[in-house]
Amino acid sequence: MLELMWPSPAVGWTIIALWLGLVAASIAVRLVGRRTDMATRVELEERTNTWWWIVALLSLVILAGKLATIVFIALISYLALKEYLTALPIRRADRRVLLLAYLAVPIQYIFVGYADYGMFAIFIPVYAFIFLTFGLVLAGETAGFIRSVGVLHWGLMLTVYNLSHLAFLLVLPMRDGVSADGFALLLFVLIIVQANDVAQYVWGKLFGKHKIVPKVSPGKTWEGFLFGGATIVGLSLILAPFLTPFGWAHAAIIGAILAASGFVGDVALSAVKRDLGLKDMGNILPGHGGYLDRLDSLTLSAPLFFHFTRYFYGA
Amino acid sequence: MGRAGRWLQRGVFAFVIRPLLWLLIGLRVRNHGALPSEGPAILVANHNSHLDTIVLMSLFDGEKLATVRPAAAADYFAKPGLVSWISRAILNIIAIDRSGVGAEVALQPVRDALGRGEVVILYPEGTRGEPEKLERFRRGIALLISELPEVPVVPVFMHGLGRALPKGERVLVPFFCDVICGDPMELGQMPANEIPTHLAERIGELGKEIQVGWHEEASDPPNG
Repeated sequence: MLELMWPSPAVGWTIIALWLGLVAASIAVRLVGRRTDMATRVELEERTNTWWWIVALLSLVILAGKLATIVFIALISYLALKEYLTALPIRRADRRVLLLAYLAVPIQYIFVGYADYGMFAIFIPVYAFIFLTFGLVLAGETAGFIRSVGVLHWGLMLTVYNLSHLAFLLVLPMRDGVSADGFALLLFVLIIVQANDVAQYVWGKLFGKHKIVPKVSPGKTWEGFLFGGATIVGLSLILAPFLTPFGWAHAAIIGAILAASGFVGDVALSAVKRDLGLKDMGNILPGHGGYLDRLDSLTLSAPLFFHFTRYFYGA
Repeated sequence: MGRAGRWLQRGVFAFVIRPLLWLLIGLRVRNHGALPSEGPAILVANHNSHLDTIVLMSLFDGEKLATVRPAAAADYFAKPGLVSWISRAILNIIAIDRSGVGAEVALQPVRDALGRGEVVILYPEGTRGEPEKLERFRRGIALLISELPEVPVVPVFMHGLGRALPKGERVLVPFFCDVICGDPMELGQMPANEIPTHLAERIGELGKEIQVGWHEEASDPPNG
């Protein structure tokens, strides 16, 4: 099922590049920090420190192999689901049904571990859908039923089903003649999507004028989105030859897709927070907020990237 | 607590309780620095769940853990059996006799603990379901506080534990929980009969600091 292996040179170099990038980012934050107000400086510094932790943990699990990485992503799914369910309205009658929702996490990732694509693809949309609906019916409370069933399944799709596509990249069989490394694909999508957040933020700060969705996320502007997207297409063209089997056309297209889906995921979670009257989903990651505040842009990008890769290069 | 007992307690907290709390609950602690670094001190908190005491104790690490003493009802936690053993050996409770000896006598062990420089955890709400005893417990705490004006009183508000493991439920459902520590209070000058209300208000104010979504709506009973 799984074998431990040393990461390929491309993955090794990418990890080294990430560490160097963080060193550069930390220096840049120190320099910029001198010229900004206290609050911004603290936030930037906390944010960078948290990035060090994220990159350190990611490097560690990648070095530890596929199984460790799958377990790590499963844990992140679980924490994201827990954060989601903590923030959302849950009726007392639903308490026990939530255990079923949590149970979906290990099951989904076991299908990943066994590279069982069929079950991986349908378990949450079909089986979890049925069991959760049945569980909520058995709970016997009709007031708020639709809201509960909707909240629960949307959260499960977002935090477990969608994020588990990151893990399946590691075990995705490729077509004959296509050489691709799962870790490299994982790093590619993580870097592109996170860089997109940063690029849209920076371009938006510099030139942002026309708001896209002022009611949901006032910081998001067309200028940030378009210049950020162009930056990401460029980054994708640079990284794709090292980390993916994509040719230049595919690299450009997936860059554009991820820039757009990253944006949509980000504003979708912003809409959730606005709806709940929350600023952040949590305060677990200093400078970022909760797990979902960091993962928001990945929630929609992960399955899109996975299916793009599988459609064109998968066995 | 003997030396072996302290190591047992530290070991259980380090290798069993804290990892489980991290995985199943996940505490989001604010103003952790306000917790007393040494005794004597009184920690007052709202009480919704059997997890409350474990969570509060887990906020103290290393050497400090052994000096933290939750006050608990003797008739419930000190009767023979596993619960009692855990209560004494791991949670290091101060058993309070509720059999009607009067607040003055019942709280003597708490007084002794504070005299030894320990940090005592008290729940001003008392235990639920026995309203008449609850009242006495409250008055007892007020007496104790006004009697020892030099002992700092630290309020703590916990939110979400009543959701993860409410009273009367056996199944724990994972949720993140918020713990908000308040700055130490000076209550020495206050008349004893005003202290319970004041404490309840202060803990309630801490509760307002956390962002709350929909879940406090009518369909879900308030959980603290």
